[in-house]
Amino acid sequence: MSWNTSDPMVSLKDVHKSFGDLKVLNGVSLDVMKGDVICIIGPSGSGKSTLIRCINALNDIQQGSILVEGQEVNDPKLNKLELRKKVGMVFQQYNLFPHKTALQNVMMAPVRVLKQDKDAAEKSARALIKKVRLEGKEDAYPGELSGGQQQRVAIARSLAMQPDVILFDEVTAALDPETVGEVLQTIKDLAEDGMTCILVTHEMAFAREVADHIYFTDRGVIVEHGPPDTFFKNAQDPRTKEFLSQIL
Amino acid sequence: MTWKTDLPVMLPVTKPEPEPFLGLKAWHILPVALFAILGPSLGFAQTEDGGQNPLVVLMNWAPLLLQGFVFNLVISVSAMALGTVVGALLGLGQISLIPVVRGGSWFVTQFFRNAPWLVLLFFAMFLLPFEISILGLKIPFPDWLKAILGLSLPVMANVSEIVRGAVRSLPSGQWEAAESLAYTRMQTLWLIILPQCVKRMLPPWMNLYSILTMATVLASIVGVSEVMTLTGQALASEGGRPELLAPFYGFVLLLFFIYCYPIARFTVRLEKKFAVIG
Ligand SMILES: Nc1ncnc2c1ncn2[C@@H]1O[C@H](COP(=O)(O)OP(=O)(O)OP(=O)(O)O)[C@@H](O)[C@H]1O
Ligand SMILES: [Mg+2]
Repeated sequence: MSWNTSDPMVSLKDVHKSFGDLKVLNGVSLDVMKGDVICIIGPSGSGKSTLIRCINALNDIQQGSILVEGQEVNDPKLNKLELRKKVGMVFQQYNLFPHKTALQNVMMAPVRVLKQDKDAAEKSARALIKKVRLEGKEDAYPGELSGGQQQRVAIARSLAMQPDVILFDEVTAALDPETVGEVLQTIKDLAEDGMTCILVTHEMAFAREVADHIYFTDRGVIVEHGPPDTFFKNAQDPRTKEFLSQIL
Repeated sequence: MTWKTDLPVMLPVTKPEPEPFLGLKAWHILPVALFAILGPSLGFAQTEDGGQNPLVVLMNWAPLLLQGFVFNLVISVSAMALGTVVGALLGLGQISLIPVVRGGSWFVTQFFRNAPWLVLLFFAMFLLPFEISILGLKIPFPDWLKAILGLSLPVMANVSEIVRGAVRSLPSGQWEAAESLAYTRMQTLWLIILPQCVKRMLPPWMNLYSILTMATVLASIVGVSEVMTLTGQALASEGGRPELLAPFYGFVLLLFFIYCYPIARFTVRLEKKFAVIG
């Protein structure tokens, strides 16, 4: 359990996952260092969502190892709650709690889960809402916010738990084009603050700009990976080339 | 395992207005009942032997019948309260992660949901003792109390399904978001899932209450002195004059209509409102 910051914060080794007969992950390995921003790209159905959902144990795996700060996730005795305090997640569909205001959405978990003092939690929640540039929307319900605003509340909600790493699953895919930018800017701010981020995204320009490392998945395996410059300029594998030619 | 609900009101689509039967709407029962009550007294069914005007006879009995009706309401409210509390627990049991609890709750729910109400009432009547002794203290167990217990059984089963259906109708993203914020399952249920379900459960729950209220007359079959029993007795003591039947039963119909129709309207309004704002 001893982990120090020179070791990968998240480390996947030969991860296999299937839903029934459908093999979705066929031996995936990747390492994420503290402060790294990595982007996972690949065609639809290649297992990107499944892959990152394994990291916070929303999905279980059949084989392989996932270490988060040295702790094994593929372990029946895993304390999922402790794991999830360290690993935040932001979803494509925001998944805010519609019966709670933006402020309540952000401060509820710190109060209920981390047992923080209510006033202190409210103060940091307000600061976070300001950080994602939503000052003045504290008392709005999710239904009263645009998609981009909801997604930024969702990011603030995840940040409020002070996680060590945040998983982003195509968080701009459901947004109107004009609000995509504001959410990407928020993530960029986080990355610059040194937050460790694992992103699944279709935003290639964004990936190129913020990612330290890019992974390309297809049919449950990582076909190719590398720093953005090499990856986008010198893709070797024909599948990567084809994907990039379609999307760029 | 995938769960489905067969409660149409749980579906996220707007429920169409109920199909009118022969072009009749619910409120059309109003003139029918009024005609039944007033018709005979307007003269065309007058008895030759110069018996009292049926309307006058009805007015004499009305206070007693009203009392009986209030008793029906007491039975309905009590059975609803009891059935709701136990049914809610059973519904939560149906979504438990413990297989035995889940299976057991499912079985009990399905058993009582697919049993005729009258049969359940008979079971309650004849299986329960007429008194229970606790620590030598004999507590009488009157028929009306048994009727409440008997009627609360189907209510319980239906509430259980309403709870399960509402919980299952929430998008799974709500559970996943809560899970990834490290809420425990209990916290997720009480802080996030159930508060959102209340809105969805209200219309079918009120619907159930209306049905229960109208079913309380079943208690007359097992001899509880509710409105139907009293009506029968009143008619008998008036010598069973046939021209009294329509006004008396029309009066009972009217009482139920006045009570249940507003509930039904309100339910439809709620359904429409929730269909719009989700
Ligand atoms: N809960 C599940 N049960 C069964 N099959 C699933 C489940 N979740 C995902 N799958 C299947 O696993 C495969 C990979 O799905 P996944 O969502 O990980 O792909 P993805 O790369 O995220 O695709 P997209 O870009 O469309 O989001 C798909 O074939 C999908 O149908
Ligand atoms: Mg996906």
